[in-house]
Amino acid sequence: MPPMNDRPDIREQHTLAVLTDNEPGVLARVVGLFSGRGYNIDSLTVSEVVHERNLSRMTIVTTGSPMVIEQIRHQLERLVPVHDVTDLTVKGNAIARELALIKVAGKGEKRVEALRLAEAFRAQVVDASTDHFVFELTGRISKVEQFITLMQPLGLVEVARTGIAGIARGAGPM
Amino acid sequence: MARIMTGAEMVLEALADQGVEHIFGYPGGAVLPIYDELFKQDRVRHILVRHEQGAAHAAEGYARSTGKVGVLLVTSGPGATNAVTGLTDALLDSIPLVCITGQVATHLIGNDAFQECDTVGITRPCTKHNYLVRDVNDLARVLHEAFYVARSGRPGPVVVDIPKDVQFAKGNYVGPSKVVHKTYRPQLKGNPQSIRDAVDLIASAKRPLFYTGGGIINSGPAASQLLRELVRLTGYPITSTLMGLGAYPADDPQWLGMLGMHGTYEANLAMHGCDVMINIGARFDDRITGLLKGFSPGSKKIHVDIDPSSINKVVKVDIPIIGDCAHVLEEMVRLWRARAVQNDKAALKKWLAQIEQWRGRNSLQYKPRRDVIMPQYAIQRLYALTRDKDVYITTEVGQHQMWAAQFFKFHEPNRWMTSGGLGTMGYGLPAAVGVQTAHPNSLVIDIAGEASVLMTMQEMSTAVQHDLPIKIFILNNEYMGMVRQWQELLHGGRYSHSYTHSLPDFVKLAEAYQCVGLRAEKPDELDDLILEMLATPKPVIFDCRVHKLANCFPMIPSGEAHNKMLMDDDFADDDIGYTVSEEGKVMV
Repeated sequence: MPPMNDRPDIREQHTLAVLTDNEPGVLARVVGLFSGRGYNIDSLTVSEVVHERNLSRMTIVTTGSPMVIEQIRHQLERLVPVHDVTDLTVKGNAIARELALIKVAGKGEKRVEALRLAEAFRAQVVDASTDHFVFELTGRISKVEQFITLMQPLGLVEVARTGIAGIARGAGPM
Repeated sequence: MARIMTGAEMVLEALADQGVEHIFGYPGGAVLPIYDELFKQDRVRHILVRHEQGAAHAAEGYARSTGKVGVLLVTSGPGATNAVTGLTDALLDSIPLVCITGQVATHLIGNDAFQECDTVGITRPCTKHNYLVRDVNDLARVLHEAFYVARSGRPGPVVVDIPKDVQFAKGNYVGPSKVVHKTYRPQLKGNPQSIRDAVDLIASAKRPLFYTGGGIINSGPAASQLLRELVRLTGYPITSTLMGLGAYPADDPQWLGMLGMHGTYEANLAMHGCDVMINIGARFDDRITGLLKGFSPGSKKIHVDIDPSSINKVVKVDIPIIGDCAHVLEEMVRLWRARAVQNDKAALKKWLAQIEQWRGRNSLQYKPRRDVIMPQYAIQRLYALTRDKDVYITTEVGQHQMWAAQFFKFHEPNRWMTSGGLGTMGYGLPAAVGVQTAHPNSLVIDIAGEASVLMTMQEMSTAVQHDLPIKIFILNNEYMGMVRQWQELLHGGRYSHSYTHSLPDFVKLAEAYQCVGLRAEKPDELDDLILEMLATPKPVIFDCRVHKLANCFPMIPSGEAHNKMLMDDDFADDDIGYTVSEEGKVMV
């Protein structure tokens, strides 16, 4: 049942930065909240960011109607180990980046082409043999996806992606 | 100064420091060290239940009737899983509980040890917060935090899972004053500008309505007093959810009765037709709103709630105020008085006259019978004969619960204990055990159905053991009445498994439990038997045989708006003969 006065036809993608205590089960709480209440997770990354204060930061990309997005933020804030939730999309023009490792196998012309494209995308070669490369690429999602698409006919073997880490522009904290 | 003691000693020390006088529990292998400490002291009294679900509901009844945190103590594995229904019930109805569970020793966790379960994993979605304590030096802090989290903000259940080796280990104990939670600081005072805007809107209303809920009860008795003051100052009508009954006196002329699926005609039509809705401590539950797109379509809405996630969850409101009901009400009363508000008396008079006309529909009426006890009549008599008594009511879930809400009139908060959000059959009897524990000299009655009460009947044994003279007043129609009513509405009257064959003889059952059994079969013997029940200083099971096919009206069928109510006089007994929309059929 969509909330009253909501516009369920409007679906927005938002990136949330969530600062939490780094304690056992906190990720399960967040993920359980999303699955239990039927919210979407498009991407989720987490790592400890302030070692002295034992704080972790999650970047969650989610899609929903405006009322659902507001609800997700409030539900996250309600979790006891959560310190702060910032909707980076509302703050505007936040920076969102992803890292991908891309394995490409091939010989001859295709191999040369893959390396040439990697240079154009500023991907690093982090492993290589005479018949394969592993590229490391960071950037916006669109860039990562474009690169993967280009590798497809050139011998793409597999891809590992981290999901998005996001931060607001400007001097201030979240 | 820190004191060294074992984990098990810390549990008892923390309970005493938190002012806990009673806990409900059941021993087992993984909590034996704590039970050994219980044995050695007399500060905390332990009520031995017969099933851990009973411990949780008893703790809920205790909490709801006192405003204190309810505490239960259970063992690992099945002890914890049996408590899950009660924890979920407390989460949905915002009841403060601390549930201490034993756990297998830390080195065994994850090994599928005997009576091991992932308690924090299982209870994560059904608690406000939970903890697994792996280091005894964290235990005192965690216990005090658990009480703080359970009772602060929107109250709820908190689980503290303590492995057996941590109970034996020695460490530092710290008192509650040294424990400050790192992050959890619920907002109590509402935004002053929002409160001013709300008072302006309330003052300008032509067809206003107060809609209040369990948040008023949770906020404490002061909130109920302030609510009464504001409602009387404004002269506006008031209705309430199931959970909010008692916050406003039910014999007051401004009171419209409960609203929602089985609410009164006047309350629901006032909700449908109001121009300013003042929601204080209620959460727009689906039992209240009915069809969302037809819910109070023309009103500006004010919503006071301590939980920001309740705001705009299902209904978009015009003025949200995040804060504790008592704080916000106090501020509203102060502003109203300070401004000497002149509201539109002519419009209000017209609105109240309209409400009186709706009230004249007498929506709670039923067809009285002389040959058989009508369930509504039984509750009316029970109310009439207990009016001058210090009475607490609990219920199970179903038709009897709705009839109790409709026909038993509450005048004070914390007198009405019912499972609203989760709808847990079997809640009322153990809840009565908890209420009677807290109020040993009061009259505690569980208004029950025969199906519900059998789910936790074993707790009669608890009542007898602990001299808790609870009264179990069963409206016995031999059916799961609400299930049957819905089968009439939605499934062509095919009573699939809603008739209870092979019921026990409740009088003999009472005797088997060494308490008193009474049975009423005719209306003319009802009063005498109720008086006999009230005069009995022991637990009583009262088997009130009522009309088998009575249905609960008024009713907003699922998927309909408030102005589409079904009434008792629309139907014959066993033929509701109404067609629910396709959209409504999928709702519960």
